[in-house]
Amino acid sequence: MVSIVLPRLISFEGAPRRAASVAERNVAALKSAYWVVLISGFFEPMLYLLSIGVGVGELVGDLTLPSGTVVSYAAFVAPAMLAASAMSGALAETTFNFFGKMKYMKLYDGILATPVQPFEIALGELGWAMLRGSLYSAAFLAVMVGLDLTSGIRALVAFPAAVLVGFAFGGLGMALSTFMRSWQDFDLMGSAQFALFLFSGTFVPAEAYPSVLRWVVEVTPLYRAVHLVRGITVEGGGWGELVDVLYLVAVTALGLVVAGRRMGRLLCK
Amino acid sequence: MVEPVTRDGILIQARGLVKRFGDFTAVDGIDVDVRAGEAFGFLGPNGAGKSSTMRMVGCVSPPTDGELQIMGMDPRRDGPAIRARLGVCPQLDNLDPELTVRENLTTYARYFGIPRRVARERAAELLDFVQLAERAGSKVEPLSGGMKRRLTIARAMVNEPDIVLLDEPTTGLDPQARHLVWERLFRLKQQGVTLVLTTHYMDEAEQLCDRLVVMDGGRIVAEGSPRTLIERYSTREVVELRFAGETQEAFAGKLDGLAERIEVLPDRILLYVTDGDGAVAEVHARALTPASVLVRRSSLEDVFLHLTGRTLVD
Repeated sequence: MVSIVLPRLISFEGAPRRAASVAERNVAALKSAYWVVLISGFFEPMLYLLSIGVGVGELVGDLTLPSGTVVSYAAFVAPAMLAASAMSGALAETTFNFFGKMKYMKLYDGILATPVQPFEIALGELGWAMLRGSLYSAAFLAVMVGLDLTSGIRALVAFPAAVLVGFAFGGLGMALSTFMRSWQDFDLMGSAQFALFLFSGTFVPAEAYPSVLRWVVEVTPLYRAVHLVRGITVEGGGWGELVDVLYLVAVTALGLVVAGRRMGRLLCK
Repeated sequence: MVEPVTRDGILIQARGLVKRFGDFTAVDGIDVDVRAGEAFGFLGPNGAGKSSTMRMVGCVSPPTDGELQIMGMDPRRDGPAIRARLGVCPQLDNLDPELTVRENLTTYARYFGIPRRVARERAAELLDFVQLAERAGSKVEPLSGGMKRRLTIARAMVNEPDIVLLDEPTTGLDPQARHLVWERLFRLKQQGVTLVLTTHYMDEAEQLCDRLVVMDGGRIVAEGSPRTLIERYSTREVVELRFAGETQEAFAGKLDGLAERIEVLPDRILLYVTDGDGAVAEVHARALTPASVLVRRSSLEDVFLHLTGRTLVD
């Protein structure tokens, strides 16, 4: 009897433990050329910040926000770059890498033969993506403080916000990946991602758009992410950001559940 | 290893097990009992439903209908608990290409919640066992097919499973690699591990399986030990005759009454008989002079082809 009861206890004890083992696998894989990909995720938003935020910012001058606060263009763009880098870091890990592992490396077929379940794989991969995304965010916030684009305290508050942004896009990316048929489908996603990057109140305040368009912009996830991070780094945050937080938490949960279900359906036929 | 406690030592029990994919029925109501410590084989042509059955037993494919109990547990409910005690060697290697040979084992052990130190020890033992110790630090990609397969088998052992599922363990391997894999599997069996394997190689089934079922079109068409299957579905010996000339067909009529069963193939005629030499003498007595004569013992292959036909299945 003991031997039948015991494994049950062991295997039900640990969804978090099993999810962690999936993340741990990625640490082992780090030794491969994969770290090059990791570094690129930090420099890209930095280049945008310096070229557009600081460079173009010289031409644009200061901006007056709807609340009446006046900020330098660089301080306006920087939180958007932070949110966008959290987005692209999370998406890179949960779309390209996730899809490759699932479809071509057949990694998850092997993992699913162990006690690990689809949802736990999704959770583990997302957790790993977030670990990676958090490093970018922390580095970027440090640079923002260094350039005097925000205060140290606000940066500390903005950090968990940036992590949440990563979670939301990671969950979303993973769910989307389960619908992808081939690498070609990712081109579409890339375009959508770039459109979000350009038009989510990143470089221009959303208030500048015609009202219909503005409404469309305001329901997109990156807009909510930018709104949240900017609200914190520029104005110290307030109740207005609560909607953003709830929105991003909901996207994360939805993404994880959809990804777990779809993986179960795709891999456990 | 903890001895599994189940009724009558039956580890896997299926009753009326069905797997359908849309309109296609891959497994069409099979009954199977696998006992602790035995090597059990699913034998059948491609598309017979072997792999679908294995995936259901591996708890990665929910049964469409019927009953399935593994170590007294229900795959639908206890999937993780069952998989914790299974070792799976899939038909296509799905090793982790981003990890080294050793890391493939240690990482896999972590999925089972095995502590890191234990995982490292087991990886070292298993790499010795499958003769890959020198390649421990190598990536998976440059390994030969046989090495990858051995690594996959080692990986299936990392949780010290009670049952090891092997889906066509030696398909695509060269003879040396096959024999090495067989030898390792035989040693596992001696250690008391229950082996469940699928194959379409008769020699593999004869070498490894205590008991097997022959599957065709999703159903079980025969069941027993290799020996009893040969006795039941074939004769003791087979005579292969080749006649020079246009077709073998022309000679077939002249062999009436010589054998329990005669099979005419494009290039030869098979006589299923109890006494091969006697039958050959009889052939000569009828003034027939085949270009070549071969008397051999009946094999599982004869049983298999008799039961599942000679038509090519894709």
